[in-house]
Amino acid sequence: MESQILTLVTFFPLLGIVLMLAIPKNQHDSIKSICLIVSFITMLLSFWMYAMFDPIANGMQFEVDIPWITSLGIHYHMGIDGISLLLIVLTSVLSVLAILSSWISITKAVKGYYISMLLLEVGMIGVFCSLDLFMFYVFWEVMLVPMYFIIGLWGGPRRLYAAIKFVLFTMFGSLLMLVAILYLVFAYQSYSGEYSFDMLKMMELPIAYGPQLYLFGAFALAFAIKVPLFPFHTWLPDAHVQAPTAGSVILAGVLLKMGTYGFVRICLPIFPEATVAYLPYICVLSLIAIIYGALVAMVQKDVKSLVAFSSVSHMGFIMLGIFALNLQGIEGAVLQMINHGVSTGALFLIVGMIYERRHTRLIEEFGGLAKVMPVFATFFMITTLSSIGLPLTNGFVGEFLILLGAFKANTVYGIIAASGVILSACYMLWMYQRVIFGKVTKPENEKLKDVNWREKLILIPLVLIIFWIGVYPKPLLDRIEPAVKQVLTYVSKATTVNIGEGIQIDQARTTDEVEIILGEVDPVKVGSEGMEE
Amino acid sequence: MVPVSAYLIVAIVLFGIGTVGVLISRNMIVMFMCIELMLNAANLALIAFSRSLEVMDGHAFVFLVLTVAAAEAAVGLAIVLAIYRNRETINIDRFSILKW
Amino acid sequence: MSDYLYLIPLFPLIGFLLNGLLLGRLPRVVVNIIACLSVAAAFIISVLVFFELKALPPDVRVIEQTLFTWIPSGILQVNFGLLLDPLSAIMILVVTGVGLIIHIYSIGYIAHDPCFGRFFTYMNLFMFSMLTLVLADNFLFMFVGWEGVGLCSYLLIGFWYHKKSASDAGKKAFIVNRIGDFGFLIGMFIIFWEVGSLEFRVVMEQAPVVFIAGGSLITTICLLLFVGATGKSAQIPLYVWLPDAMEGPTPVSALIHAATMVTAGVYMIARTNVLYMLAPDALMVVAIVGAVTAFFAATIALTQNDIKRVLAYSTVSQLGYMFLACGVASFSAGIFHLMTHSFFKALLFLGAGSVIHAMSDEQDMRRMGGLGKHIKITYITMLVAALTISGIPGFSGFFSKDEILWKSFSSQHGHPIFWVVGFVTAGLTAFYMFRLIYMTFHGKERMDEETRQHIHESSKSMTIPLMVLAVLSVVGGWIGMPHIFGVSNFFEHWLEPVMAGGSYEPVSHALAAGGGDVGMEWGLMAASVALVLVSIYFARTFYKTKPQLATAWRKKMSGLHQVLLNKYYVDEFYGAVIVRPLIVFSLFLWKVVDVILIDGFVNGSALVYEGVSESLRRVQTGRLRSYATLFVFGVVILVAYFVMD
Repeated sequence: MESQILTLVTFFPLLGIVLMLAIPKNQHDSIKSICLIVSFITMLLSFWMYAMFDPIANGMQFEVDIPWITSLGIHYHMGIDGISLLLIVLTSVLSVLAILSSWISITKAVKGYYISMLLLEVGMIGVFCSLDLFMFYVFWEVMLVPMYFIIGLWGGPRRLYAAIKFVLFTMFGSLLMLVAILYLVFAYQSYSGEYSFDMLKMMELPIAYGPQLYLFGAFALAFAIKVPLFPFHTWLPDAHVQAPTAGSVILAGVLLKMGTYGFVRICLPIFPEATVAYLPYICVLSLIAIIYGALVAMVQKDVKSLVAFSSVSHMGFIMLGIFALNLQGIEGAVLQMINHGVSTGALFLIVGMIYERRHTRLIEEFGGLAKVMPVFATFFMITTLSSIGLPLTNGFVGEFLILLGAFKANTVYGIIAASGVILSACYMLWMYQRVIFGKVTKPENEKLKDVNWREKLILIPLVLIIFWIGVYPKPLLDRIEPAVKQVLTYVSKATTVNIGEGIQIDQARTTDEVEIILGEVDPVKVGSEGMEE
Repeated sequence: MVPVSAYLIVAIVLFGIGTVGVLISRNMIVMFMCIELMLNAANLALIAFSRSLEVMDGHAFVFLVLTVAAAEAAVGLAIVLAIYRNRETINIDRFSILKW
Repeated sequence: MSDYLYLIPLFPLIGFLLNGLLLGRLPRVVVNIIACLSVAAAFIISVLVFFELKALPPDVRVIEQTLFTWIPSGILQVNFGLLLDPLSAIMILVVTGVGLIIHIYSIGYIAHDPCFGRFFTYMNLFMFSMLTLVLADNFLFMFVGWEGVGLCSYLLIGFWYHKKSASDAGKKAFIVNRIGDFGFLIGMFIIFWEVGSLEFRVVMEQAPVVFIAGGSLITTICLLLFVGATGKSAQIPLYVWLPDAMEGPTPVSALIHAATMVTAGVYMIARTNVLYMLAPDALMVVAIVGAVTAFFAATIALTQNDIKRVLAYSTVSQLGYMFLACGVASFSAGIFHLMTHSFFKALLFLGAGSVIHAMSDEQDMRRMGGLGKHIKITYITMLVAALTISGIPGFSGFFSKDEILWKSFSSQHGHPIFWVVGFVTAGLTAFYMFRLIYMTFHGKERMDEETRQHIHESSKSMTIPLMVLAVLSVVGGWIGMPHIFGVSNFFEHWLEPVMAGGSYEPVSHALAAGGGDVGMEWGLMAASVALVLVSIYFARTFYKTKPQLATAWRKKMSGLHQVLLNKYYVDEFYGAVIVRPLIVFSLFLWKVVDVILIDGFVNGSALVYEGVSESLRRVQTGRLRSYATLFVFGVVILVAYFVMD
């Protein structure tokens, strides 16, 4: 049981799908209940997995490696490290909340909707568990299908446009990724004589500089579209605005993270030289995304597209953190992936709640909600502050580490990115002011009901997570750190790159030496402690 | 001994008539008959080669083709009948629903 | 007792949680008790730890307490750690003491507002943040309090959220503060990557080793930190939020925008004085900005008619004095003025609140007058405060302001010009303060009849805090009397362990040794007192005895008057140069870059496909016979190809 925990967590939602298929489609209540219970059990399983996870150990845990299609070297290979662990837990939590949030708002084709939600969960968790490129690709694509239907069937008025745009953008990237995967497989075959799709083996594969550039480009394009990095972001506002609330939550909360996760898991360790070569371009694009996303968010008229553009900005921060290529930067980026999932997820849930009441998301239609819905306003305030990155909320810890890392990597990048912090306060507070403060100008808004118990049930866990990560992020950082060090080791082994603590690492160094360098040893600190004694 | 080329010429002529018939006819029944004609032209060629090369494979093929032709005629005529019931015509140019 | 240091911020936090989570479910009395009791508890513990600290020998007066690790990442180890040293001890006493008085005052002030629960919730959160700020033992934890007080300021300025001006002002305050925080953050980054730690103790110990004194690196750090300070403490160019912040309830203006939060920048510079001593250029910038702000804000205060705005600009001006003190490396004088200022400015604001209360929420001084006989306690206490801020000998403001003026003249970082600016500003201060007193409490009663009927002295819970603060305003300065009075300057000695950390010549001793300047010091002191008295006389002439003179002057210099009345058009300037262009640029990015360029490219490529398909689909006629014809042609061509081959 324990050794198969990953399989269990990944495929448990399938059980729900099977059960739902057996239920007539008009029995909405039992369909919803099954979906909720199954996703809830999946969440508990992921908590159990979190509890069993050894925070100190290096490398992958709960590894399963079974030959699957032997003639092509395809294995059923799963395993997680701290990064995937947290993302899986995030996925399972957000899935439960997303399902809860669609309880009333989804009225048509209920069965199909909830089946899609569970299938989506399988795809997302699968991506984070896979250590085999074939499986990774399959899960990557599997998740597209339910998302396509969720946007395209249960979305807003322009849902078809948005759904097709979403799928085309993603497919465009993932096809190039498939080509790159096949290239890697054949390269591995000519290197070692056998076919393999194994990610961990690919990390050991020496690849010439030229092909690395192309391969990195192909993977990076797929991931950058998913992130989405400027200028590949235009599918995001459309998809978010048209998707139903749960779709937006999952999209922002988890799907975007698959892009950044791909960078950390695949691009950095497998193509270290290319990473360094592409570094300036990606950093510049991230900076543009940070500033551009924030500025465009500022002038949006629709709350949801404002949050969508703020996602572009926040994801730019995460990309910058990853490509700072130092411990603080990547750790901050990984933590920020979780944070962004929580706070932007919460924002979308909140926007969904007022949409359910008023059937509009235009900022100008609101105003004065603080008087009518005080509890709602409080939740909104907390998530807004978390999104702004106020200390003691989760956003601050991630943003601080990212900026610290980016500043180390390149002073100018750090300064430009830090100015994004100012802008985020501008657009979020301005929006909050127009929606929540002021007088109640529209008569429709006067009779709005405050959040009910179901909505509180959705928001309270998120608020608790916001403060928990903000005040005590140590457990998460402890789990992220070994994994990030592992990634940095791969990056540094093949290249002469400054990986964080101000020490150049040469090609000749072994993994162990790098470990020491990456460790907490710091001359100044040691010196001062010595003085104390 | 009739040379094999004579059989082939007959087969080609038959095939040509069938082809032209399919192309210019608008009546689905006529088109069906023309298709049968083409199939039989192929059959004739198969038999002719089979005889001249003195192998039996050709005969086997012919039986296969005949069976397929019979089945096809049955299904095809059923479709024609169904269409006729719906649309009161068997003019093939009236059925352009394939074009979107 | 020092083990319970964490209780000082914890009590207000508990108060915040209780009041916040049970918002709307507690009766008014319970809310009041929770709010005030939590602050009172913090105050009592502060006093206890202060005496415990005092009992220690001067050179080991440091109590540290690490609660738990906050952010561990590689060599970055940030703790929730508290640090009590003479500097933070003064600060917690001021914060909890003045905070407690203002909390008690608020009970009466907010008595008629249905949102009292929310008010006290925010106030307690503010106390928690402010105490975190002053007790933090590292930059990042200080930043927690730093942003926390900014948040509370935002929430409390926009407390009456239904007023657009209030929520605008709150937002402005937050964003302008964020601009300052940006500098603070970058400064912190440089410090961390150079020193390898963010703990004050480590940074201060290492700084002289790591940084070259007077080098560009340390100057950059200090200037960046100072950017943070200008944001929080409302100095040029980021002062614009403070006058608008007067939209908040008056106790908030007293607590946050006069006594405590706005002084955080001064505290931060005093806390990092070791760094500043290594960067004389940065110190000079601090001094110049401080002096210019002091003068600039005082000139605006001359013409404002809103009683709270006068006080707001006065606060900006007084903060300028504190920065001037820090800039001439006389940090203890800055902190001393911070303390006395928090007494008398809180008193002024609370008095103004009492006036506004009496006047049925009227804030325009042109519609007041003659209130002195109706609300005697308010009048007398405010008069005490006005005498204090003007610097009448014997009152606390005199000692602190005089020390700053003297240091700006005599310190090795000082310059006579600084003294001249400070001197002129002192005159202006006395003038606008007495303008306020005369316009409000003397002369004709200019309010309408209905308001006049309702004029009443405030309740006990409001007047007692006024009286306490009045006493503090008078005696608060006696702990920091200058050496030339022949007494030991307790305040300066108390702060010495914190200030002497650097490798600079201790300013306090320089003065004690240089007895030759005593005559000069007496002279300058006499000059400033004389100027103050003259200014008060002018204010009396203009606004009490001969008001027509004021009108005549206003007409004569109407251009200058307009400029001052409109605050030098700085808000308009920022609006036209920064805010509008930014919004236009953002709209351009959205409508042009995003929609037309990028999406245009995306949709354009889709359109290209569509066009190609449109022409290709002509082949698909839907006619069986044309398909068959094509098919035959295809076969013929293929056969021909293979036959030819």
